[in-house]
Amino acid sequence: MFGTGILKGLGVTFRHFVTTFIDDIKYLGKKRDLEVFQHKQSLANVGLVTVEYPDEKLAVPERFRFVPFLVTYNQDDPEYAGKDWCTSCGICAKVCPPQCIWIVRGTDPNTGRPKPEPEQFYIDTDICMNCGYCAEYCPFDAIKMDHNYELASYDRTTAHIHDKKRLSKEIRYWQSIAPTTAAEEMEARKGYDHTDVQKARKKAGLTPSRVGPTSDKAPEPEVVAAPAAAATAEAPAAPVAVQASPAPADKAVEAAATDKPPGPGNWVKRGKRWINLDAPAEVKKRSRGPGEE
Amino acid sequence: MSDQVQNPVLDASGVADALVQRFPDAVKKDTRKGYEGVIIDHHKLLEVAGAIRDDYGFNYLSSLTAVDYLGMGDHMEVVYHAFRVPTGGAPLVFKAQTDRVEPTIPSLVKVYPGADFQEREAYDLYGIYFPGHPNLKRILLWDGFEGHPMRKDWKEAYYEQEHKPFDSRWPGGNVFRGEEHNPFGHNVRYPAGFNLDNFTPQTEAQFQSEMSLGVDIMGDPAFTNERLLVNLGPHHPSTHGVFRMMVQLNGETIESLEPVMGYLHRNHEKIGERNTWFGNMPFTDRLDYLSSMGNNLGYALAVEKLLGSQVKIPYRAEVIRVLMAELTRITNHLWAIGFLLNDLGAFFTPALYCIQTREYILDFFEATAGSRMMCNYMRFGGVFKDLPERIRAEALLLNDKVRDMDTMQYLKDLITERIPRSIDELDEYLSDSEIIASRCIGVGVLPADVAIANSAAGPLLRASGVPYDLRRALPYSIYPELEFDVVTRPNGDLLDRYFVRLDEMRESVRILKQILPLLEKTKGESIFGGKTSYSIKAPAGESYGMVENPKGELGYYVVSDGGGNPWRYHVRAPSFINLTTLGLMAKGHKVADVVAILGGIDIVLGETDR
Repeated sequence: MFGTGILKGLGVTFRHFVTTFIDDIKYLGKKRDLEVFQHKQSLANVGLVTVEYPDEKLAVPERFRFVPFLVTYNQDDPEYAGKDWCTSCGICAKVCPPQCIWIVRGTDPNTGRPKPEPEQFYIDTDICMNCGYCAEYCPFDAIKMDHNYELASYDRTTAHIHDKKRLSKEIRYWQSIAPTTAAEEMEARKGYDHTDVQKARKKAGLTPSRVGPTSDKAPEPEVVAAPAAAATAEAPAAPVAVQASPAPADKAVEAAATDKPPGPGNWVKRGKRWINLDAPAEVKKRSRGPGEE
Repeated sequence: MSDQVQNPVLDASGVADALVQRFPDAVKKDTRKGYEGVIIDHHKLLEVAGAIRDDYGFNYLSSLTAVDYLGMGDHMEVVYHAFRVPTGGAPLVFKAQTDRVEPTIPSLVKVYPGADFQEREAYDLYGIYFPGHPNLKRILLWDGFEGHPMRKDWKEAYYEQEHKPFDSRWPGGNVFRGEEHNPFGHNVRYPAGFNLDNFTPQTEAQFQSEMSLGVDIMGDPAFTNERLLVNLGPHHPSTHGVFRMMVQLNGETIESLEPVMGYLHRNHEKIGERNTWFGNMPFTDRLDYLSSMGNNLGYALAVEKLLGSQVKIPYRAEVIRVLMAELTRITNHLWAIGFLLNDLGAFFTPALYCIQTREYILDFFEATAGSRMMCNYMRFGGVFKDLPERIRAEALLLNDKVRDMDTMQYLKDLITERIPRSIDELDEYLSDSEIIASRCIGVGVLPADVAIANSAAGPLLRASGVPYDLRRALPYSIYPELEFDVVTRPNGDLLDRYFVRLDEMRESVRILKQILPLLEKTKGESIFGGKTSYSIKAPAGESYGMVENPKGELGYYVVSDGGGNPWRYHVRAPSFINLTTLGLMAKGHKVADVVAILGGIDIVLGETDR
């Protein structure tokens, strides 16, 4: 009969329409609960599956790759605090398909000979295509792909070239975002320490590797990137680009170390940092690029 | 045509020998090391090509491309790959050589109409002149472009060095932006005597003169008609990207249509020739960005063929490759069907139903390869990493919701439940709909012989009743072990293209169901059997790797001079070549149908424009 096909099709749309609301009624008031989220993701779900970004986000899987970062020792490491893992061997710069990595190899000021650490390290994130080759081919586990995909900024000319300071992150950050992979790599290195450190320790007659902190102890990463968080943490340094004054940022971290919220407002603690959820997302002034003054 | 085949038993190399015997002055074997096929004297090319098509049955010109051998004999070479359709088998490779200064090769459009766009591309990028071509003008670049960029002596605006890796990056790297060395406004060169102010694009000028625009048409009774020139696109939601159709209308009816493209052109091939061999892999993702796993596979196959015995692909790697390729086919067809319905006016409801299921597959890609769409997963000799034990995440950002699922269970759910459910729902939702039937039946008909002659590929070809699928015609990977049917439909109209895609998804599910136990069986086995070095050198020679991508035959023609970078890297893009048939299919239909016909071809502009 003419029209049955259309009716059948409309039936499908109507079914979708109804099932959209079934879960809403069933879980009235508990929409954002983890249990509801898990139900939505499961095979049993018939209703809506969407996640309401940015109020909800899907945590990205371990292998997810975004603009790379450089691994350093933890800042509270008793022996090698903040030491770069990168030996400036240049393999990442050579394998990079769009050639967005620029490294200045460090030299020893006394002898003038190259030493195994980078003096400068830049990644032009406009060019980076997130292919992950640098992390894949790095022989020292010193460059890894990040999971923080919220990198929007107001300035194209300087903010998108990440320098060594911005790229460097502690090893515990990597352990926290990719615990399984980090553990596998540790096993392959035969210890927590950097391979060169292990060699040096062996030479000095020490145990090749120390027992390092595991991901369990890691605090939440510092790069919590909700607009409110960014605004609060960086408010004093707002108009400046990446390499912006380290002092205010440090102050913010110091302030965050206390247990009391810094002021009135809806404050929550994320790791070491206090975040004002009520703070309006501040619109940063565009900084001028080089040559625009 | 196939009944005229005199020597159907001869395979490609047998035909090459036969050609040398039959045309002793015109044809000789290509004896360079690593090369195959025959070299044909270009004065006799038309005659020999006619014989190749009619007498030996190679009726389908798959790929036509040019190579610039600057410093390696200083000649231009045009390379043709012809197949027997639907019989299958290895392609016959034939070449014609010409001088670099005034390169001229007779056009093969009369023998293989599918050579049309590809010859225009070779003219555009290499400056090879094809006498006899009916419409020889630039296709990817605009008329105000100076030079022919694929020539080896042509340098781009941000040119830094012949090959990557660039010396400036390490050990004395000091970061700079390309713009600093080539400021905006100074990075463009125009041909001598080119005046931008008085510029009229050739396509427009040609269309206008055909329509007698620019003359006093009111005074001439011959022109008092309803003819109208309409530009559909380049910025139009129906064109799936920045793509333009110049349409000549008589009332509502289309009299002629010419696709205009190149708005997304970035000279992928030139970038590819600067890159190292494996550095090209992530760039292939960006061709047909809806099916990047398939793009990876094609490129990996082409280079593995070149590397020969240096790589041994482990069985598990092959299993994973097929798993990925078939999942990609499903994502692509879901997208194609969803957006075909969009083009028909069912705005976004069916598309979103399709995207919902596609999203689960992308989640799996993300957990395995690291990215939803830009997968960069295949390597020469295997794959990047084995499937993860669990698809799990750690919260990093504010409001992150964490998932933790067993990978095999997730895959099982996906393949046995979610995807079939979604296909059945689409079937119930759309297949019987009278609106779809009345919009699709008899629209954009492409007869089988026309489809073959115009080198149409993929679902477009199979919907015209030609049972040709590279997975069966020239099997690669582990497809010979797997059980599946090549889907065809007889009518060659829009509805058949929809049904072919729907049924291909079902066949893909059938393959995936056979893959699941293989995955369990090979658990823990090696997934990589190539070189782990980052500076792979391929032995000198040529190779043509092809896969049946969701959109059609995707081929990579690579030439190595023995170095660490491809000498020539060419992509036979199905989206691009399938457009050859657009003008034919659209003729006589209404404007609204053209949008649907374009949706039925299923193009992605990243691949069309390269």
